[in-house]
Amino acid sequence: MPEGLVQAPAMPAALRQPVLEVRNLTIGFPLRQGTLRAVDGVDFDLHAGKTLCLVGESGSGKSATARAILRIVPRPGQIEAGSILYRGAGGETDIAKLDPGGRQVRAIRGGEIAMIFQEPMTSLSPLHTIGFQLVEAIRLHTRLDRRAARARAIELLRRVEVPRAENAFERYPFEYSGGMRQRAMIAMALACNPKILIADEPTTALDVTTQAEILDLMRELQRDLGMAVLFITHDMGVVAEIADEVAVMHRGRLVERGPVEDIFLAPQAAYSRMLIQSVLRLEEPAPQRAQRAERLPNAPILLKVDGLTKVFAPRKGLFRRGGEAVQAVAGVQLELREGETLGIVGESGSGKTTLGRCIMRILEPEGGSILLRQRDGSVTDVRGLDRAGLRQAHREMRMIFQDPYGSLNPRMTVGEVIGEPLLVNGLLSGEALRRRVGELLEMVGLPAAAAERYPHAFSGGQRQRISIARAVALSPRLIVADEATSALDVSIRAQVLDLLLDMQERLGLSFLFISHDIGVVRYFCDRMAVMYRGRIVETGSTEQVCSAPEHGYTRALLSAVPSADPRRRGLGRRSRYRDE
Amino acid sequence: MLHFIGRRLLAMVPFLLLTSVTVFTLIQLPPGDYLSNYAAQLAESSETVDQATLENLRQRYGLGQPLPVQYLKWMGGVLQGDFGQSFEWQQPVWPLIRERLGLTLLVTLSALLFTWAVALPIGIYSAVRKYSLADYLFTFLGFVGLAVPGFLLGLLVMYVAVTWFGQSVGGLFSEQYEGAPWSLDKVLDLLAHLWIPMIVIGLSGTASLIRIMRANLLDELNKPYVETARAKGLPEWKLLLRYPVRAALNPFVSTLGWILPHLVSGSVIVAVVLNLPIAGPLLLQSLLTQDMYLAGAFLLLLCCLTVLGTLLSDILLALLDPRIRFE
Amino acid sequence: MSTSTAAAPPPLPATRLADTLSPRRLMWLRFRRHRLAMLGLIVVGLIYFTAAFAEFLAPMDPNRAAARYALHPPQSITWFEHGEDGLRFRPSVPFYRMERDRRTLQARFVPDPDRRIYLRLFGEGDPYRFWGLFPASRHLLAPEQPGDPLFLTGADRLGRDVLSRTIYGARISMTVGLVGVALSLFLGVGIGGLAGYYGGRVDWVVQRLTEYVISLPTIPIWMALAAAVPRDWPPLTVYFLITLIVSLIGWTELARVVRGRFLSLRTEDFVTAARIDGCSEMRIIFRHMLPSFASHIIASMTLAIPLMILAETSLSFLGLGLQPPTISWGVLLKEAQNIRSIAAAPWLFLPGAAVVVAVLALNFLGDGLRDAADPHA
Repeated sequence: MPEGLVQAPAMPAALRQPVLEVRNLTIGFPLRQGTLRAVDGVDFDLHAGKTLCLVGESGSGKSATARAILRIVPRPGQIEAGSILYRGAGGETDIAKLDPGGRQVRAIRGGEIAMIFQEPMTSLSPLHTIGFQLVEAIRLHTRLDRRAARARAIELLRRVEVPRAENAFERYPFEYSGGMRQRAMIAMALACNPKILIADEPTTALDVTTQAEILDLMRELQRDLGMAVLFITHDMGVVAEIADEVAVMHRGRLVERGPVEDIFLAPQAAYSRMLIQSVLRLEEPAPQRAQRAERLPNAPILLKVDGLTKVFAPRKGLFRRGGEAVQAVAGVQLELREGETLGIVGESGSGKTTLGRCIMRILEPEGGSILLRQRDGSVTDVRGLDRAGLRQAHREMRMIFQDPYGSLNPRMTVGEVIGEPLLVNGLLSGEALRRRVGELLEMVGLPAAAAERYPHAFSGGQRQRISIARAVALSPRLIVADEATSALDVSIRAQVLDLLLDMQERLGLSFLFISHDIGVVRYFCDRMAVMYRGRIVETGSTEQVCSAPEHGYTRALLSAVPSADPRRRGLGRRSRYRDE
Repeated sequence: MLHFIGRRLLAMVPFLLLTSVTVFTLIQLPPGDYLSNYAAQLAESSETVDQATLENLRQRYGLGQPLPVQYLKWMGGVLQGDFGQSFEWQQPVWPLIRERLGLTLLVTLSALLFTWAVALPIGIYSAVRKYSLADYLFTFLGFVGLAVPGFLLGLLVMYVAVTWFGQSVGGLFSEQYEGAPWSLDKVLDLLAHLWIPMIVIGLSGTASLIRIMRANLLDELNKPYVETARAKGLPEWKLLLRYPVRAALNPFVSTLGWILPHLVSGSVIVAVVLNLPIAGPLLLQSLLTQDMYLAGAFLLLLCCLTVLGTLLSDILLALLDPRIRFE
Repeated sequence: MSTSTAAAPPPLPATRLADTLSPRRLMWLRFRRHRLAMLGLIVVGLIYFTAAFAEFLAPMDPNRAAARYALHPPQSITWFEHGEDGLRFRPSVPFYRMERDRRTLQARFVPDPDRRIYLRLFGEGDPYRFWGLFPASRHLLAPEQPGDPLFLTGADRLGRDVLSRTIYGARISMTVGLVGVALSLFLGVGIGGLAGYYGGRVDWVVQRLTEYVISLPTIPIWMALAAAVPRDWPPLTVYFLITLIVSLIGWTELARVVRGRFLSLRTEDFVTAARIDGCSEMRIIFRHMLPSFASHIIASMTLAIPLMILAETSLSFLGLGLQPPTISWGVLLKEAQNIRSIAAAPWLFLPGAAVVVAVLALNFLGDGLRDAADPHA
């Protein structure tokens, strides 16, 4: 394994030594049947002023590794072997040998090594003001009195660019936006000038534009304060953006470690190669798309949405004055041709999911029309259909959901789930149904025997395949896929996207592909529509929108997307968009 | 905050109205009316029936008139502090129930305090030391507490007191203070008697509260903010009390809405067994003898007590949880 | 769960036992691990069995009174006897003579060493009509000489067998729970389902109504309702009225559970998917939603039964519920209300012990069911 020591030659000798040396770290979780090795013999170093990215898919043991450094591995997990050598002001300490509840570890936690977490919504206590939680962190490790601690807290809030810091000090977390909460978390972590900052997926729950701002902030803070940063993420784009060094974890083991350029350009281990490739593949358009690019403009229009509007009424009680009505979808207009894929891109709250659900009439739109071209060439307004008509329309328009766990009935076998639309529409039953379900399962790459089992026996990716089989069971022409790949790990995501492309070729499907992930849209969609606050601000071919965005918001969005190439880091100037 | 309390108070009005209608319906349910019973009883005890008095009462309560009119007359009286006449005691209801209601409140609230004082620490302990021996023990004891009805526990306590200690434990006062004017000695005597009904009534609610506290705290212990606080370097016990316990208190406090009715219910029946001079025995007696205005007053006031408890828990909750306050 | 990383579609994960089982079966496996719940299940089963075969299992007619056996103490069974040919199975109980204290004239029972009452399994005893239908006279345990006193847990004030009365009481008390829960279920599922399904205004009204009912102190309301039931109505009518009264309060918890599950399920993706599949509303409710919360309803019902039993017991204890000659545990306990009689005859507590055991077992059972239905809650 390469010893990736990248450092400036001018540094004094003391700083050249790593601040943290992790050797042979092994963490076990005792279970009913034996012990689960969540982390197995991991080695790495952290250097002052440098960022090490710990990369891996869910369940790879990266979070447990980070928690072990602070000795907060959740019970019943425990460090079974290895050392965590920390070089602080008070000399060298092996953190792995300390008592996890003892004074020494507590002095390190927050004082020398600070940590920020993934969920900005729940990582701050909802019942205490931001100020209280900040002051507590400051006073735990310094001798500042109340007033001085308050001043320091406000200074910290200013430092992390929280607007009107004095005011924000008195506020509760629920009065902050997600990005602001993560800023407050960072302020709290910086309270005592830690030597090491551990960040566990700090931007995963954030929108891409907010993520870019937080990454900027972290980079700037690191430059000014000279911390070592351990950054845990599953997003290779983020890695390329901020890492100096990368460590790739897979099933509890460290499969590769090295400088970021080496990992991206010449990955050695098979697993990191696969990981990099599945990311890089999404940088290019899917090959299938090039083939159809020419015939698409001439294909008939399958779906034409015009002036679609959906307003969410405020909650009202007998004695409660309601808030303001929210216009989730405001006069949306879009077209989708037969065999085409249209990506709807937007951040959380942009109304893209509501739009998809309105088109399916899961939600009732207040205004506009949804014109669907029938097989015989006639056009129906889905919005005006009665129950029976809608039932017919739903044989043509199907849906795939985001959550692979919530979208399959846990009490039905996979065969029953896939067969349900065929059965209730009176198309097939008995042996014929069973055979058809088997065919569908094989079509999505699962053995026909899977029909006997219940959904809980399948992984997220496999469940999504089952959802796809259910969606295509009725030979539909339109599929609305709402964040269909967002809950999946990156390697699985590429597989599912390819399955969808394959289905599209075979069955002549059109997709309305709703996603927040520009990379996926760039790979998968022929055209894209950018949605912002209930409106579509820009539509066009994917290449055209990505290379020459016209609207300010699109520019801001695209410039915030991290590129999966460390050499292009910071090349494109970030553009910010403020809608007044 | 004032705005919040005002809104809650306003929301209580329909509840209280509904309560009064419910109670009125209840006291009207048994066949026969109060005045015919009254007249019959007077006649039975060979007293002269004063037609004028009867007519006067008939007027006052609108008897013989349609039920809505009777209800309005009754409510009108209640709003002015006139709960009507007890025909069994032949005197106004209010002085009869005044002291008993006060003592009911005292007994119920002390049972509530007992319940909280026991359930809170045990609940916290059980959650933090999940699946420990003590956790199992407390869970089991909690189940037993849930399964033993209050009156049975009261009987058991009396049995143990009589057979093992040779003394009777009923009542709230020793003989010499019964009916005596209030004095410091009487208060001390009351406190000396209070603890048995307090435990007997309180124990039935304790089990559910322990389980609620335990479940809430277990939920909270898994929340990310606990990890944040731990990563700050807070000592474990301080962290526990400051964050998850504090958060788990909210649902705990909101149980006040049903634990109070539960305790009032329990007090009624335990009072009959332990012969306590509170609402229970007199209410039972008035129901058995169809002394409807007396029963009605008790029912109405006990119900109001619990509706007030709900209001109190709402306000307490708003004080504890900024999210509710800012809603 | 692991997934293969190759580009080819991943094979099914290696078969683990849990993967091939249905959710219901998994629930049963989880339930079986819960030892107290299993114990609860067995005890509840035994109690209902006893209630079902009360006539046969009770040694005596519960209403046979004999003044000379008033407050007769419990007799303990000796199963084997030393005979000439060694130990022999021959159950018997001691015979008690009644003596009067010379000064106080109080009756006292003393065992007579010279006389034993021999018992027979499946012996002839007081005649009865099994389930009110088939005339019979066999009892599980009966004295060889019909008419001999057999009071395994003592006699009450009127010389009736407490054990037999407790066994018969199980029939009424335990079924009050069942019938009451059935009524509650009807009310709760109806009202809760209505609220959860229609949402909006209906939901608002139902929620306020539920809140209101929960905020009422139940026992005083029950007392008032029960006091309105005329004393001279036939026992069966009173029984149903009391059950109805008890369930009038019990439905709120069920309604809350049903409404909550309904609301959360209504927005689940798999229900939306069923709608898009073309399922009718009926099929969505019965095929897709109901199986997902049936187990919760069963658990809540199991936990509601003990509440009903306690309510009936309390009301009857106060003299407002069932009335003698109906035999329920509450009615029996009413006789133990007097502290002096308990001090003299603590065996009158037996029905109380029965209540505690039954309620405890039902609570363990319900708790285990709830945990098994919802392993993550």
